[in-house]
Amino acid sequence: MSYEFLQILWFILIAVLWIGFHFLEGFDFGVGMLLPFLGKKDTERRAIINSIGSVWDGNEVWLLTAGGATFAAFPHWYATMFSGFYLALFLLLIGLIIRGVAFEYRSKDANPKWRNTFDWMIAIGSFLAALLLGAAFANLARGVPIDENMMFTGNLFTLLNPYGLLGGVTTVAVFLLHGANFLGLKLEGELRERVNVFAKKLWSVTSVLYIALGVFTYVAGFWARGIVNPGAVPIAAVVVLLITGYFLNNKMEGWAFIMTSLNIVLTQITFFTMIFPNVMISSTNPAWSLTIYNASSSQYTLTVMSIVALIFVPIVLVYQGWTYYMFRERIKSDKKSLVY
Amino acid sequence: MDPITLSRWQFGLTTIYHFLFVPLTLGLSWFVAFFQTRYYQTQNEAFHKMAKFWGKLFLINFAIGVVTGIVQEFQFGMNWSEYSRYVGDIFGAPLAVEALLAFFMESTFLGVWVFGEGKVSPKVHLTSIWLAAIGSNLSALWILLANGWMQRPVGFVINELTGRAELVNFFALVGNPKGWLFFWHTIAAGLTTASFLILGVSAYHLIRKQHVDIFKRSFQAATIVGLIASTLVFFGGHTNGQYMFETQPMKFSAIEAHWETSQPADFSILTIGDLSGKREVWSWRVPAVLSFLACNNFECEVRGVNEIQAEYEGMYGPGDYVPLMVVTYWTFRLMMVAGFVMMLLSFLFLLSMRGRYENAKWMKWVPWVIILPYIANASGWILSEMGRQPWIVQGLLTVQDAISPNLTTVDLLISLIGYVVVYGTLAGAMVYLMKKYAIAGPDAAMHESVDVAPARVGADD
Repeated sequence: MSYEFLQILWFILIAVLWIGFHFLEGFDFGVGMLLPFLGKKDTERRAIINSIGSVWDGNEVWLLTAGGATFAAFPHWYATMFSGFYLALFLLLIGLIIRGVAFEYRSKDANPKWRNTFDWMIAIGSFLAALLLGAAFANLARGVPIDENMMFTGNLFTLLNPYGLLGGVTTVAVFLLHGANFLGLKLEGELRERVNVFAKKLWSVTSVLYIALGVFTYVAGFWARGIVNPGAVPIAAVVVLLITGYFLNNKMEGWAFIMTSLNIVLTQITFFTMIFPNVMISSTNPAWSLTIYNASSSQYTLTVMSIVALIFVPIVLVYQGWTYYMFRERIKSDKKSLVY
Repeated sequence: MDPITLSRWQFGLTTIYHFLFVPLTLGLSWFVAFFQTRYYQTQNEAFHKMAKFWGKLFLINFAIGVVTGIVQEFQFGMNWSEYSRYVGDIFGAPLAVEALLAFFMESTFLGVWVFGEGKVSPKVHLTSIWLAAIGSNLSALWILLANGWMQRPVGFVINELTGRAELVNFFALVGNPKGWLFFWHTIAAGLTTASFLILGVSAYHLIRKQHVDIFKRSFQAATIVGLIASTLVFFGGHTNGQYMFETQPMKFSAIEAHWETSQPADFSILTIGDLSGKREVWSWRVPAVLSFLACNNFECEVRGVNEIQAEYEGMYGPGDYVPLMVVTYWTFRLMMVAGFVMMLLSFLFLLSMRGRYENAKWMKWVPWVIILPYIANASGWILSEMGRQPWIVQGLLTVQDAISPNLTTVDLLISLIGYVVVYGTLAGAMVYLMKKYAIAGPDAAMHESVDVAPARVGADD
């Protein structure tokens, strides 16, 4: 396999990992943010947590794998992005930490204050993570100050530009809607009704934000940086998001969930198509951008990693898919059937 | 304080903190899998309760271990970007493989074990806990191969064109004896940690004559595993030391406060240094024992810190290549003492098995043994990592050259204080829950939570 082929292959593989992460952990984050608002009673909150209980940890491994794969395949990308986005990533990590522990700890004490505190940690942690991820990806699309030595020259406030913030807020909204659609699939009874009402409201806000982000991207010219035109993909992303409203009105939760899933996947595809073959666009001087060519590992490392990925990625997909199949039933919010 | 000092403190603190939880996860997963297997085979409710009870403690511990692990993977890039650039071609691979091979397996199947009881068949439920245990321990292998490479870099060349170290032999990295010695030492330490937690908690209940059947079984299993595992830790450590003598002579001699080359070499039982931690004031030594530690005979030459320092100055240019000896020296002794005490204790527990040990007077002191493995685990890593200073990769890159150049003191103060506050709070919650569930015993572990009153949020249930 030629060096260039491997570099492109790993760009695609990392894109796939991020797509998988956004699609899966996207609804986890959404469910987490919705928890204190949708769950009025303790059993309801537990049912909401149970809906992702068996899978959220596995979903989060997609992030770890994306990070590890970036480190292995594009060390400069990993180094520049992680050191450059230092404080943003620190906050993201804090969000993931408090949220992960809270899932496990919230029901291990009956004190309502204890439980409520941990429920809010889940919501705040999920919110922080979604917001920062969105802002980070928006900034990657927009370009960040990078000097000729691949060094990030900005700070946290560099990332807090209008486009970055809009990207963050939109991601929060999309994940909220995606999470609500997932809950619509997993819950039943009164709780399911409540989710549907919530989802419909979320849908209109999300659509407005999403279209605004799209227009901003187009007007600012961020979409035409790379060598590949994303073409109809972003349009399809808008269309599926709009159709979600139809399915929500007709209480077709399965279809609504498929639509937000498609929206997230198509958004990610748009993003990676937009930047290719760059991995980090320099807003200081386009010539200083990190690309798949100047940021990658050696041909040998990429070859070894390709073999490893070729063997193990399908295995992981099979058993993770199997767990979703195993836990496909709706969650009842009565004490007997809940897992604590 | 400068960014480098703060970054080092942050890495040290977050790593030690993370490793407070990891060994218990590694070791306890096997115990839970074993008890679950016994339940599957015998349908004896006692084993069911044992799997549930120890599983509950496992999960409380696991939750913090897993979330703090994300920080570990991220901070190479966040705080040590120059390191990541220079060795990412090599070091990134085991990290990616760890996530792909081990983390997915561990987290997915643990989810099946916790949520799957009654939903999946008993056989699948049993398999899931074994796969989770294997996944956890596999992750240890890959991260230790990565660390082994930092201690003894192999299978790479320096590419002048790209200005970095590049992998040329993946199998050298995977077959690095240093990594495998660490793995042996760590897996055995994990089992020892779990054994001593089980011993301590079981003793607590045995003195109160609660659930005697369950906790006698647990106590016995932990005694046998604890004895075997702590012995394996010892031999793994000894072999590791000899390998260190060959590959990292400076670390070896710094651990022993061995200043001058000698043949045979004395072993220091007690050395007092001056305030800099780098000069000896007084010491008490046993002849020839250090030679034995280094090469299994009482005659070989052990080079002193001063000689190696001179040699390194010739090889790498002027600089201080001596680790902070007051730390390496004392953490090593702390680890050794804790390790030997654990070996001795598990041996004594084994001897007591012939009698009615559950009524023995000494049983009331046994809960305190839980602290021992934690002392050994933490001091072991401190000595291993601080003993490599000033290198981040032995002989290849110094810590000084590895840091992210864009970080400011303010950035680091924010993150360091943030981690300390969040980690500290979570540790408080964790200790509270561990204690509560350990004391509540196996019946409570079968239920939602140990508290009797139903919880209410907002409106009534």
